[in-house]
Amino acid sequence: MKDTHLAERVDTMTQLKISARHVNVHYGETHAVKDVSVDIDANSVTAFIGPSGCGKSTFLRCLNRMNDTIDTCRVSGGIRIDDEDIHDRKVDPVQLRAKVGMVFQKPNPFPKSIHDNVAYGPKIHGLARTRAETSGIVEDALRKAALWDEVKDRLDAPGTGLSGGQQQRLCIARAIATAPDVLLMDEPCSALDPVATAQIEELIDDLRQSYCVVIVTHSMQQAARISRKTAFFHLGSLVEFGETDRIFTSPEDPRTENYITGRIG
Amino acid sequence: MWILDAIFSLPVLVVGLAILGYVAATARAHATAGSNFGTLAAQPRAHGTNAFFSVLIPAVGSFAALSLVRSIGLRQGVETLSVRSIFWLVLSVAAIGCIDAILRSSAGFRARVASEAWIKSLLIAASAIAILTTIGILWSMLFEATQFFRQYDWRDFLFSTDWAPNFRGNSALGILPLLWGTLYVSFIALAFAVPVGLFAAIYLSEYAGQRMRSVAKPMIEILAGIPTIVYGLFALITVGPLLRDHFAQPLGLGDSASSVMTAGLVMGIMLIPFVSSLSDDIINSVPQAMRDGSLALGATRSETIRNVVIPAALPGIVGAILLAAGRAIGETMIVVLGAGAAARLSLNPFEAMTTITVKIVSQLTGDTEFASPETLVAFALGLTLFVLTLGLNVLALVIVRKYREHYE
Ligand SMILES: Nc1ncnc2c1ncn2[C@@H]1O[C@H](COP(=O)(O)OP(=O)(O)OP(=O)(O)O)[C@@H](O)[C@H]1O
Ligand SMILES: [Mg+2]
Repeated sequence: MKDTHLAERVDTMTQLKISARHVNVHYGETHAVKDVSVDIDANSVTAFIGPSGCGKSTFLRCLNRMNDTIDTCRVSGGIRIDDEDIHDRKVDPVQLRAKVGMVFQKPNPFPKSIHDNVAYGPKIHGLARTRAETSGIVEDALRKAALWDEVKDRLDAPGTGLSGGQQQRLCIARAIATAPDVLLMDEPCSALDPVATAQIEELIDDLRQSYCVVIVTHSMQQAARISRKTAFFHLGSLVEFGETDRIFTSPEDPRTENYITGRIG
Repeated sequence: MWILDAIFSLPVLVVGLAILGYVAATARAHATAGSNFGTLAAQPRAHGTNAFFSVLIPAVGSFAALSLVRSIGLRQGVETLSVRSIFWLVLSVAAIGCIDAILRSSAGFRARVASEAWIKSLLIAASAIAILTTIGILWSMLFEATQFFRQYDWRDFLFSTDWAPNFRGNSALGILPLLWGTLYVSFIALAFAVPVGLFAAIYLSEYAGQRMRSVAKPMIEILAGIPTIVYGLFALITVGPLLRDHFAQPLGLGDSASSVMTAGLVMGIMLIPFVSSLSDDIINSVPQAMRDGSLALGATRSETIRNVVIPAALPGIVGAILLAAGRAIGETMIVVLGAGAAARLSLNPFEAMTTITVKIVSQLTGDTEFASPETLVAFALGLTLFVLTLGLNVLALVIVRKYREHYE
């Protein structure tokens, strides 16, 4: 089972972006991610699905080394992005995170204005030299995140004063304003209404042209709609990984089948 | 004098009645409910609580009111109420409350709602005490200060740069040198304590490991427990001579061991835990998700602290700093021992100066009558101090509110 994904990689047109080998994550005594190996393509959308608590978020956080910030968390195994080991001593996690952006499961806007929330990344990385350039980036990011029309008249209002779904789109705008290569999205649509969800899915579809997008989702329909490949996690292990169409039509593992037909999770 | 004993036994009697009321009302509620609790509008316990408060609160209230009536009467030279009648009146109020509550505690009585009302009145009374005390202090201060300003021109007090009290009369009582000393010492203290305390807090909450934290935090907090007189001694014996020998004399800035610098630095040490401990708690209460958000955008740790954590914690940090400023302005012991008691207007931080609080103490010690401008000036000084700290608090409120409006 472990090597299914190798067999799947028939399509040599796509370029390999992220490759994880035998990744294990422990939180103290808890073994949260168990020997996960997976290859993620550039310019495509990859979905992680699985029941709650199965380690999707934890594995996602390995990819930009956010788990470094948790004292009790230990990560082992090899993760390469653009064929570079991200745990190499030469790699600066700060630089890595500028390249691998992340949208969190819970919206976490800064207690700053809407404008400053989005301008945060560009400012730190010196992406804009003038005020006008900054507002250009901000507007562009907000438009892509389908939030511009709702906030264009109150960019100075606090980001924390937005509704939950608006906050989540603000966080998405914030992440893409930094112009990352890879975008990790942890259930970005869980707080959104169907219209905003459709807009975000459209955004993800656009992003696919130039980015590598990894999305965690609890919605099978969403995974089926937007992703090329899907990984099914269960109790910390990667059970099955392959073309989304195949996973949803003819899953190989009974656990996958049970999950997508709604019998577990 | 049985009445003296009686007055002292009054609290015991009232509390006894309250407990009796609790037990009796609970029992009665139980009895009326029988085996079927569902018929009761409230738990038996709630009936008991209501009875307890019905005895206690009216008794305490009536005691306070009756004593007030008596004391006002005595001022006018009439005994409106004897101590004996106060005793019996309070006791009957308690007894009536007790009997009434017991009689009421039957099935239909909504005792939970009733005791809710008692609790509310208790809370209102507590806040009234706090507010009335403030007003009382301000009033007495104002009263004595007006006495002073009748005898001494307020313009001379506020704008004269001369402080030379003379108990034989004809004193110069200008506040400026004292105000200057107060502000100068406080400024040095804060200039030292705020950066040190804040950086220590940032280190402890953002960088230090669990073990370091558990050792360092209590160590810093020990500083807050040292009596100020001990700090004063430290200033007098160690810091003062040290500064004189290594800075003041070599730099040709004077040869006094008592100096604004000495008092300011030692006071700064005293204030470190105020700033660091509060700031540390506040920084810790900034949600981790906020830091994660910043780190995930490729910000470094210190960028995250500067751009996200500190702004989010700012209202609390401002509060901590102003608390420290209030302490600095009101501090007396360290100033007496560290900066001396000579009123002086000077920019040189190595010269001895003194503060408002020190002069309040020195004007009131000594045996002059309480009517000369030399003693009454203490109240004018106190009033100034009050206004100063009040202004500081208002400033804090304004800063915090402005910030809140902007961000929350
Ligand atoms: N910071 C942490 N400290 C300790 N244990 C953690 C921590 N974060 C996650 N875990 C544990 O790791 C396991 C996997 O958690 P994770 O958040 O990755 O699940 P998930 O698949 O994202 O679930 P969900 O769909 O509910 O978001 C869980 O058992 C969880 O209790
Ligand atoms: Mg999750």
